[in-house]
Amino acid sequence: MFEFQNPTQPLRIGCGAGFSGDRTDAAGPVVQDLMEGLQTVGGSAVLIFETLAERTLALAQLARVANPLAGYEPLLLDYVRPVLANCLTHGIRIVSNFGAANPLAAAQALAELARSLNLRVPRIAVVSGDDVRAHPEVLALAQSLPGPLVSANAYLGAQAIAKALNAGADIVVCGRVADPALTLGPALAHFAWALDDWDALAGATMAGHLLECGAQVTGGYYADPGFKDLPDLAHVGFPIARMEADGSCTLTKPQGTGGRIDSHTVKEQLLYEIDNPAAYITPDVVADITAARVTELGSDSVRLSGVKGHPRPAHLKVNVCHDNGWFAEGEISYAGPRAEGRARLAADILRARLPLLSLRVDWIGVSSIWADDAGAVLSALPDAGHTDVRLRIAATHQDKAVAEQLLREVNALYTCGPAGGGGVRTGLRPRLALVSCLLPQASVPSHFEMWLPDTMGVSR
Amino acid sequence: MNAAAQTLVVTLDRLAHGRTGDKGNRANISVIAWREEFWPVLVAQLTEDRVAQLLAYRQPSRVQLYLLPQLQSMNFVIDDVLDGGVNNALNLDSHGKSFSFMLMGLPMEIPSSWKDRLVGPP
Repeated sequence: MFEFQNPTQPLRIGCGAGFSGDRTDAAGPVVQDLMEGLQTVGGSAVLIFETLAERTLALAQLARVANPLAGYEPLLLDYVRPVLANCLTHGIRIVSNFGAANPLAAAQALAELARSLNLRVPRIAVVSGDDVRAHPEVLALAQSLPGPLVSANAYLGAQAIAKALNAGADIVVCGRVADPALTLGPALAHFAWALDDWDALAGATMAGHLLECGAQVTGGYYADPGFKDLPDLAHVGFPIARMEADGSCTLTKPQGTGGRIDSHTVKEQLLYEIDNPAAYITPDVVADITAARVTELGSDSVRLSGVKGHPRPAHLKVNVCHDNGWFAEGEISYAGPRAEGRARLAADILRARLPLLSLRVDWIGVSSIWADDAGAVLSALPDAGHTDVRLRIAATHQDKAVAEQLLREVNALYTCGPAGGGGVRTGLRPRLALVSCLLPQASVPSHFEMWLPDTMGVSR
Repeated sequence: MNAAAQTLVVTLDRLAHGRTGDKGNRANISVIAWREEFWPVLVAQLTEDRVAQLLAYRQPSRVQLYLLPQLQSMNFVIDDVLDGGVNNALNLDSHGKSFSFMLMGLPMEIPSSWKDRLVGPP
């Protein structure tokens, strides 16, 4: 009755968030557009939220350690609250990795949200299997890490998502899955593709790649006045893909939103975070975009076709995060005559005072990001008499007390340093390191379970 | 008319645009031609060696260029250039988000006849 499979009808997939911390008002217009599509052309619609960057999951795991009910996307309810009523009423399924390190707690929070909004309790599927901290090969690897293991998560594929949708899930809550799987999963379920229909799988995977960063395909991370001008970027619209049965797609965005979709915005996102364009490796398929075509169909309407697929890899990528000491940074500003000279003197003082730390120095206003850690670029620059320079220093150390010395020495520049230094800001945070490894797909089974409100647990 | 008068030197951003992505300590920088006729000039002048030289001070271990003629796009993949990447770098821009603009400032030699086809203010 709830089966998602419906290959002769249209499927549209919209993106409501492209990273943890993305705007919470972006999904509203996307859902309005999906609703209009359902009313005019029918078919099925899905809303995805991609909120899990490389390090986000380790941070979520730390949050879960501190509080067993935390560890999912902190903005979860802010993302879903504005659209949940419309999604449930119109049958727009929600698929997301916002479960992060605690998908079960996210499911519970979503059920409580529905109850608080006087909506029916949604059928919520929880996808698991990505947490591989107990995998024998990960346990062995953990022995060789310089700091305690924080998280180990495999990038799961799309199959569990597809099965959950066909089982009637209104919402599919995942932890770590390959980002494009949020799009491929619904497409797999809808079109009932064979799992070795490589070209179709690859096409939907690249559609997912275009969607998964939200506004990055509609003009975000793109605008450059005078060279790349866009309308109303303050209200940039998030993307929607109309999926075709052969894996190709057409990207659009909601009426009345800002930004633009054209061949150039699409090409920039198509190549974003791509290594070898002939082999974009995901758990479900290896995609090849060397013969892909990007075609403008009209205003804010671009088609992606011609993506080829090759058989899926035998292994899954796993990100392992471990504690790795402390990160300390501090800043102070100098302005007016000889400001640059005073900033340079302050840096010299800090180097002399902090012999245990290897300091990175930046002079914001002169060079804030392009210099090298060793300081060769800055030391080669003659004093150009800059009159507004913000000194920034940063360092890491395994020992918290040593890292803290940096904060204290920057603060002490107020009274012990050069004249006229103002605006000290300092920060100290634990540092995580990330190691990647591969595990055989067969050794990392993934599955979904429907969350049951009565037992506060899950069951098949 | 001498040869010098028939060519013009402009920055890359008049001919192409691009974006940086990151995975761990690896960056990729795309370079996408604004017009089809600019493509051969990009391929001829924007080489692995030239990009390696530009970034040499950050000591990348490898620069690999992939060409996508169908999309008139280039993809430079640069290993170990992010000072450790998002988890480890001391650099404020630990993702290397700003790197594409380092490329965009590179000088490119083009036929003078393209003058009116370039992107950006004259």
